[in-house]
Amino acid sequence: MSQTATLPIAGLNDDAPPALRVRGYWANVGHRLRHDPVTLCFAAVVLLIVLMAIFAPLLAPFDPYKESVVLRLKPFGYRGHTLGTDELGRDLLSRLIYGARSSLLMGLVPVCIATALGGTLGVIGGFAGRRVNAIIMRTMDVFYAFPSVLLAVAISGAMGGGMANGMAALALVFIPAMCRVAETATAQVRSLDFIEAARATGAGRLAIVRYHVLGNVLGPVFIYASSLVSVSILLASGLSFLGLGVKPPTPDWGLMLSTLRQSIYIVPLSCALPGAAIFVTSICFNLVSDGIRSAMDVRL
Amino acid sequence: MTALVEVSDLSVRFVTREATVHAVNGVSFSVRPGEVLCILGESGSGKSVTLRAMMRLLPPRRTRIDGTIRIDGQDVLALDKRRLRELRGGLVSMIFQEPMTALDPVYTIGTQITETVMRHKGNGRSAARARALELLELVKIPEAERRLANYPHELSGGLRQRAMIAMALSCGPRLLLADEPTTALDATVQIQVLILLRRLQRELGMGTIFVTHDLGVASEIADRIAVMYAGRIVEEGPVADVLRAPMHPYTQGLLASTVHGQSRDGEIEAIPGSPPDMRRLPSGCAFAPRCIHAQPACRTTMPEPRWPSPDRMARCVRIDDAALVAAE
Repeated sequence: MSQTATLPIAGLNDDAPPALRVRGYWANVGHRLRHDPVTLCFAAVVLLIVLMAIFAPLLAPFDPYKESVVLRLKPFGYRGHTLGTDELGRDLLSRLIYGARSSLLMGLVPVCIATALGGTLGVIGGFAGRRVNAIIMRTMDVFYAFPSVLLAVAISGAMGGGMANGMAALALVFIPAMCRVAETATAQVRSLDFIEAARATGAGRLAIVRYHVLGNVLGPVFIYASSLVSVSILLASGLSFLGLGVKPPTPDWGLMLSTLRQSIYIVPLSCALPGAAIFVTSICFNLVSDGIRSAMDVRL
Repeated sequence: MTALVEVSDLSVRFVTREATVHAVNGVSFSVRPGEVLCILGESGSGKSVTLRAMMRLLPPRRTRIDGTIRIDGQDVLALDKRRLRELRGGLVSMIFQEPMTALDPVYTIGTQITETVMRHKGNGRSAARARALELLELVKIPEAERRLANYPHELSGGLRQRAMIAMALSCGPRLLLADEPTTALDATVQIQVLILLRRLQRELGMGTIFVTHDLGVASEIADRIAVMYAGRIVEEGPVADVLRAPMHPYTQGLLASTVHGQSRDGEIEAIPGSPPDMRRLPSGCAFAPRCIHAQPACRTTMPEPRWPSPDRMARCVRIDDAALVAAE
């Protein structure tokens, strides 16, 4: 019966391949990112835009608010105005540089708020299950019924314009989506064996949520959040374009697009500049988010 | 010697709106310290549910548990939340079938063991880390120091199962519950893990309840075997006796339907029919519809446990005949 129990234990280690890759998780992610030239390039562009926004006062050749009746709608390179001037005679390059500030803020702040609030609600709903989940998710479904642009316009229209209200409106638009991502991820994790294994080792509810659920849910939530940044930048520009976001005379790409639109037959190239800035920023955020997603996927 | 585990008349029902599943129906057994009890049965026979009920891991809302479970003198079903957390992982710990999914994929092996040790012993992180290393060495993981920094997906199935065993042993349990811990492993790795478990169980003197559907595994590791069918223990006894002279027709069928020792050309003997629907159990012996020896009495009432000798039990009306057959 027990003759096998007396076998030499030496053969025990045969199934062990040599321990080769012993890098921490984040070191691994970093390693993969470093070998991904596309993501690195676009990350560099994002970094440049961020630096541009931070050091705008140092970089801008002119005061972005200074108007001039004689210098209205001048072409590229006119008297030191590299990119010409807008319809009120303000230096376009300076306004584009300063415009990065509001665009980045409008891109990042709503996403951060939505991640914190929506993520928390989603984890609670996903882990508590049943009634709590139903209350949270059905409430979110109400918001889902509206197209996101329409909802953002309606909310910021109701609350009035201005940057803070615009951010709040965008955050409200993103919370349901964020909540659903967090809820789905949590519900998936909740039914996995290691949660039961954790309970079998005496972990309480709080410890399980804090340690096992968050550890597994933060990845997808973070990836989704990073992909929302570009959407948020676009929506914010849209709000400003409609006069619901940033108020003039604050330099903002969406607002600039809206005001320069009237001069499209006089300085067509200048009109395209804010649009190009929005496009480049949002696509860079998108591609960087894609790169991070593939670098963070443990199973690849 | 007093028993480490005393389960009596345990029944577990899962109640949903549509139906009630009678997963475990009056199971009684006991395990002495340092003894290995193997619960043998096919899938759906209630063996895993029994194990989970002992740690109260079943969802409380949908589960009705009756009977008593005493582990080391404590009434498990009456414990409050805090006591229950102390019991789980401290006095009793559990090894799961799938080491891939039972380890958290986003933390390293070292972190997970460290966390468990800290939770129970209240040690500092560095002391817990040292204990984790010690445990990996105990379960014979090569290059233990470096393996601590590995993620579960970086380990082979056998190593993952060893890591899980290390985690289960981290707080010195007196009772180890093993839920088919070798089923997901390759045959060669399976025997290594079994040898390891057997050795650790002896060295640490743990009582062990080992659930499996594999007769070979049971014969390697068990001191005693309890055969489960449709949520009841139909036969119980010392491993050698049960395997050599099975009394219950179901056990006899199980033994006959192994691939070993049968001629290559002959039909493999299988038990006819299939296990009963656990939502609508027959009133009599659950095995009667598949039993070649079934008598009219079998279909009306469940036979009471009979004890042909002090350490053997079987639930079959034919038991006296069977004992006679075995004696011949």
